[in-house]
Amino acid sequence: MNTPEFGKMETAWCPGCGNFGILDSLKLALEALGKDPHEVVMVGGIGQAAKTPQYLSANSFCGLHGRALPPAVAIKMANPNLTVIVNTGDGDSYGEGGNHFLHNIRRNVDMTHFVHDNQVYGLTKGQSSPTTLEGMVTGAQAEGSQNIPFNPVLLALAAGAGFVARGFSGKPDHLQMLMERAIRFKGYALVDIFQPCVSFNRLNTFAWYNSRVYELDESHDATDRLMAMSRAMEFGDRIPIGVLYEKALPDFHEKNSSLSQGQVLAGRRNDPALVRRYMSEMV
Amino acid sequence: MGMYNLLVGGAAGQGVESLVSALEYFFKQDGSEVFTMRDLMSRIRGGHNFSRIRFGAGVPKAHSERLDGIIALNEETAAFHREALSPKGFILMDSAIKSDDPRAVRIDMAKIAKSLGNAKAAGSVAVGAALKLFRVALDEASAAEVFGRVLRPEHVDMNVKAALKGYESVPERYKIPAGNARDMMMLSGNRAIALGALAAGVQFYAAYPMSPSTSILESLAQWAEEAGIVVEQAEDEIAAINMALGASYAGTRAMTGTSGGGFSLMVEALGFAGMAEIPVVVVDAQRPGPATGLPTRTEQSDLKFIISAAQGEFPRMVIAVRHHADAFYQTIRAVNLAEKYQIPVVLLTDQYLADATATIPMLDPAAYPRHEQAQVPEEGEYARYRFTESGISPRRLPGDKDALVNVDSDEHDERGHIIEDSETRVRMMEKRMGKLKLLEKDLQEPDWLGDEQAHITLVGWGSMYGPLQEAVDLLNQEGNKRYGALVFGDIWPLPKERLKQAAAKGEAIINVEQNYTGQLAGLIREETGIEMSTSILRYDGRQMTGEEIARRVKKEGF
Repeated sequence: MNTPEFGKMETAWCPGCGNFGILDSLKLALEALGKDPHEVVMVGGIGQAAKTPQYLSANSFCGLHGRALPPAVAIKMANPNLTVIVNTGDGDSYGEGGNHFLHNIRRNVDMTHFVHDNQVYGLTKGQSSPTTLEGMVTGAQAEGSQNIPFNPVLLALAAGAGFVARGFSGKPDHLQMLMERAIRFKGYALVDIFQPCVSFNRLNTFAWYNSRVYELDESHDATDRLMAMSRAMEFGDRIPIGVLYEKALPDFHEKNSSLSQGQVLAGRRNDPALVRRYMSEMV
Repeated sequence: MGMYNLLVGGAAGQGVESLVSALEYFFKQDGSEVFTMRDLMSRIRGGHNFSRIRFGAGVPKAHSERLDGIIALNEETAAFHREALSPKGFILMDSAIKSDDPRAVRIDMAKIAKSLGNAKAAGSVAVGAALKLFRVALDEASAAEVFGRVLRPEHVDMNVKAALKGYESVPERYKIPAGNARDMMMLSGNRAIALGALAAGVQFYAAYPMSPSTSILESLAQWAEEAGIVVEQAEDEIAAINMALGASYAGTRAMTGTSGGGFSLMVEALGFAGMAEIPVVVVDAQRPGPATGLPTRTEQSDLKFIISAAQGEFPRMVIAVRHHADAFYQTIRAVNLAEKYQIPVVLLTDQYLADATATIPMLDPAAYPRHEQAQVPEEGEYARYRFTESGISPRRLPGDKDALVNVDSDEHDERGHIIEDSETRVRMMEKRMGKLKLLEKDLQEPDWLGDEQAHITLVGWGSMYGPLQEAVDLLNQEGNKRYGALVFGDIWPLPKERLKQAAAKGEAIINVEQNYTGQLAGLIREETGIEMSTSILRYDGRQMTGEEIARRVKKEGF
């Protein structure tokens, strides 16, 4: 899809890949929010999903596998005027980058984390990911995956995230709405997005997701953390999508005295008089 | 006699560190130059920790193996160090500790402290006594000033009283020459790096605590609020360097620091900095490895690792800091060169220098002007990796209205987009690697110490500066051979001019290093073909003294 601001670029994704829907919803969300590409920084790690920053017109930081979150939060610390968005996969976010996932929920920097969750490793051709269901046979799990699947939204809620949502690439309008809310949210916002991998995941297909997901309605109170956790644990014949939890929390910048007044570190200098004073205190 | 050596030792948790800090200030206030090395065990309670304070006039940047006095807070301290004590020296100890050493000076440290209300003030009784022995004036005001600097406010009063009691309990003995160090700065090697970072305009420091680098993080954290900078404890070293890279990409001068183990985790991101051309400065405060090694001790064994760390080939610079003032200036220089060439720069220090305190003349924060990027007019759309005549692509920042800044860890084209074609790959490799040639213009040759006409050249790097300085002085005081030393600061790329001169004219060239394999000697051989005549190495985690080096040079027949 071409949009006036965020353009259209050639991709290296397989035809039918869920990434296309996610990319389209993202561009539409950014347009709808009136974002200028110059104020947007797209950050990715490594993987098929992590190529997303390459496929729209904005600033981009395509770093190392599993390491999207640390530079993303630091970019925001350096310049709060930037809109910082991470797009990476389940392997990058929850596997290689698991430690950063845990601790950046705690850090609560104002940024958005879109995880393209296809429950498999795509770039390396089909090994299990942290969210792969038990029993799925892959090239590396010849007897089927034996590990307990990771529940990212439940973990994010337990770790104290202020915004936790789940979406599906097959419901683009709904996904766009989730993305807009997540980007607007002040603080760390996680959207775990179901996405079929047409090449390597024969279990969790479009039809598999489509027959299970249902949109949360007014009966869900997204300010109730316990209710959100109980919804997050629904992962069977029916899986809820939508905003599981949204609650404003003081973010990193508010709590950091060097950033709480909207200071931009980028391009700033240190006061030489202060250096001289510290030196004189060492006499 | 120009200077004295005093050892203060006790178990971890006995407050040795506060006593040493207080003594350093007392001596400096009295005009003495000071150099203190810290020998610590990796534990919070018990064991045997000590510091050697060298003070007086003309103090080199190294400790001595000889001792004039010992303050022994426990029996072990007296037992371990009495052999090094001069026959005229003293061992200050509590009357309750048994010793048949005629040099023992026993005072009722514990009893006096208890009578003042806190047994923990016993060490301050010894401080007072030591000051009297060295004829350093002490009164209530000077004691309150010094203890006010090193103790919590509620503990000052009692320790002042304890020190005054100790002062009364012994007669004067030594005379320190009058000095003018009173107006000098006194700081640790790590504090010099932290101060250098601030002077260099570093606004972002992320690190994971690891001995012996942690005090850089803690110094900057103390200043962060007032200086308006961000200092963040990362969840691991991988996060620390990747955060620094994010902040730097966004236009902030950024640094991280660790020791060898943490650096091992940073390795992939070091290569990323090289590939994506993002300036960053990484401090590696070395300790003995491999693995956890000797966590609180010293070694110079990361050199070869650091110069080749990470897969693939990319330009980097490695600077070994040599002493306290050098640590400050080289930090500023490292930040500037990282910015100028858009490369990672590694500062190598070690536990010896990191934890040692020294008096130094006032530093000059303006010694190295801030590197400012030249404004190059752009043709067409901005491209982060534009091929230019200078070999350096102009940097723009995300948020600039007329530029999109795209960086990538994959091989990329001028716009920062993934490519796989041969032609672009070759041009990009040549663009990046070409920086090593450009960097040569900025290289600093090693410092030359000792006799200009030396027959024998000792070669070292980093914190070997102080011990080598003392070693060549000692060697030149006797006999008719002349000795000099070359001490490398810039170590990668390796500056070669002075080295070649020394090798051409001298009868011998000897490397002196704190490692097993002679890593600098290996690097020199690889880069210049120059072979060392012999090596003087130590790898037990303890820094060589000038005396030891001089002795071993003689023993080797030079």
